[in-house]
Amino acid sequence: MTKNTGIRAAFGTALAAAAVISLAACSGGSDPLGGASPGGSDSGEIIVGSAAFAENEIIAQIYAQALESRGVPVRFAGQIGQRDVYLTALEDGSLDLIPEYSGNLLQAFDGEVAENTPEAVASELDRVLPENLSVLEAAPAENKDSYNVTAEFSAEFGVTSLEDLAGLAQGITLGGNPELAKRPYGPEGLSATYGVDPAAIRFTPLSDSGGPLTSGALLDGTVTVADIYSTTPSIAENNFVTLADPKNLILPQNVIPLLSAKAATPEIAEAINAVSTALTTEDLIAMNTRNQGAEKASPRTIAADWLAEKKLI
Amino acid sequence: MSALLEALAWLSDPAHWAGPSGVPTRLAEHLALTGVTIAIAAALAIPAGLYIGHTGRLRGLVVGLSGALRALPTLGLLVFLAVQFGFGVRLAIVPTLIVLVILALPPLLAGAYAGVEAVDRATVDASRAIGMTEMQILTRVELPLALPLVLGGLRSAVLQVVATATVAAYISLGGLGRYLFDALPLRDYPQMLSGALLVAALALTLDLLLMLAGRLLLPAGVRAARGPAAPAATDFSTQHTEKETRS
Repeated sequence: MTKNTGIRAAFGTALAAAAVISLAACSGGSDPLGGASPGGSDSGEIIVGSAAFAENEIIAQIYAQALESRGVPVRFAGQIGQRDVYLTALEDGSLDLIPEYSGNLLQAFDGEVAENTPEAVASELDRVLPENLSVLEAAPAENKDSYNVTAEFSAEFGVTSLEDLAGLAQGITLGGNPELAKRPYGPEGLSATYGVDPAAIRFTPLSDSGGPLTSGALLDGTVTVADIYSTTPSIAENNFVTLADPKNLILPQNVIPLLSAKAATPEIAEAINAVSTALTTEDLIAMNTRNQGAEKASPRTIAADWLAEKKLI
Repeated sequence: MSALLEALAWLSDPAHWAGPSGVPTRLAEHLALTGVTIAIAAALAIPAGLYIGHTGRLRGLVVGLSGALRALPTLGLLVFLAVQFGFGVRLAIVPTLIVLVILALPPLLAGAYAGVEAVDRATVDASRAIGMTEMQILTRVELPLALPLVLGGLRSAVLQVVATATVAAYISLGGLGRYLFDALPLRDYPQMLSGALLVAALALTLDLLLMLAGRLLLPAGVRAARGPAAPAATDFSTQHTEKETRS
């Protein structure tokens, strides 16, 4: 008897749940993404996108709001996963503008430079980009891999530049994303460019892209040198010393707007160039700190505040 | 198909079978991680499961708690423990073992308590009637009869831990997960697929060995009762029917 009642009750609950789920599915079906339908638009609307990390979304919001303030119709498509995905979207016209990083963009199109300078990267980019894609002026702002040590380590061993690493008797324990081991600016580059003995470099793979695991490993001494993106707030928070790179081992990664053919108009160029000219690395760090620190401000708010502060809107 | 061929080519390259990142080293690391995890989890779960099965006490609490812990996402919990509790990367083994043990507890517990519960009450009452102490009943009657289900729980736990121990690579440890985490950002898919194939092969091999060990360890009486056709691996879905027919 009791078993039967139990089964009946369970069945009733399941039916009710199914009804709620199907209702929800119906009401949400018409417009699940709040207007962001895939495919290009013919209305003259410019679709501004961002890659799936906060800093990129902040810059994309700056672009979008700068264009809106000049009366350009804009649609925002944030948090697009991988570079492959948004490059394809730019080429097929379903995306028009996205903030990129010069060195990474160059490598995505197999460009090569003899010297890792911003100028060389910019001119090589113009050469390798396909017909229907173009870039505007790069901003002074840059976010790239950087090698960091703790302030204590720097003071004790007199290390302030990658050039000083070769002189360390104890060698180095390098922490960074696993792919760093294979990158040209990884252990191999440290040996080739700065003369660090390959046998003196131990590598610890940490898969959190210079996040709390990596900064924690540097703080507790598990690694002595850590690869952390240069605009990460934890560098300043923990007083890490970013080692100078006088021989340009690491490719420049200036913020650079990437455009579809449709967005390559003088009006858009003017608005976005005004943004790029004003955007500095310090701004990126400050904005990332507002986003990732205690404040947790949204990219949209941070972008609006930055534009107001720079008197661009 | 070509991806599989590329993975097989990767696996047959002798260069990938030597040195500190070679397959034998990674396999050994993976096995060690699995072995330590299962040892800790079994030491906790099997006595607890036998106690629950024998006395019928604390069942709701222990089973509910271990099930709830199991529901926590392993990778998220791993990073949370490493970052928030100061284990960091220096003591990366501690949070790794914690998350893997959490994963192994529920199947081991279930195997132990369900195995004891499934023992015919008449047999237990008879043991009590001939003057056996509770401990003797547990160790000489219930445990041998529960063995097939205990081993079933063990197999299930080993399978899950072998597959999930790959997350250790996220916080710098070795094991077969290295092939996955190292190859993903480089888009080295042959290496990733090779890593996945090695994990699957290791899991199947261990499962087969445990199945054979189970057949050998099974007491003659239990084996005779189950008959030669009965599968040594007991599916947990059958437990409920066993219990229901009993009550």
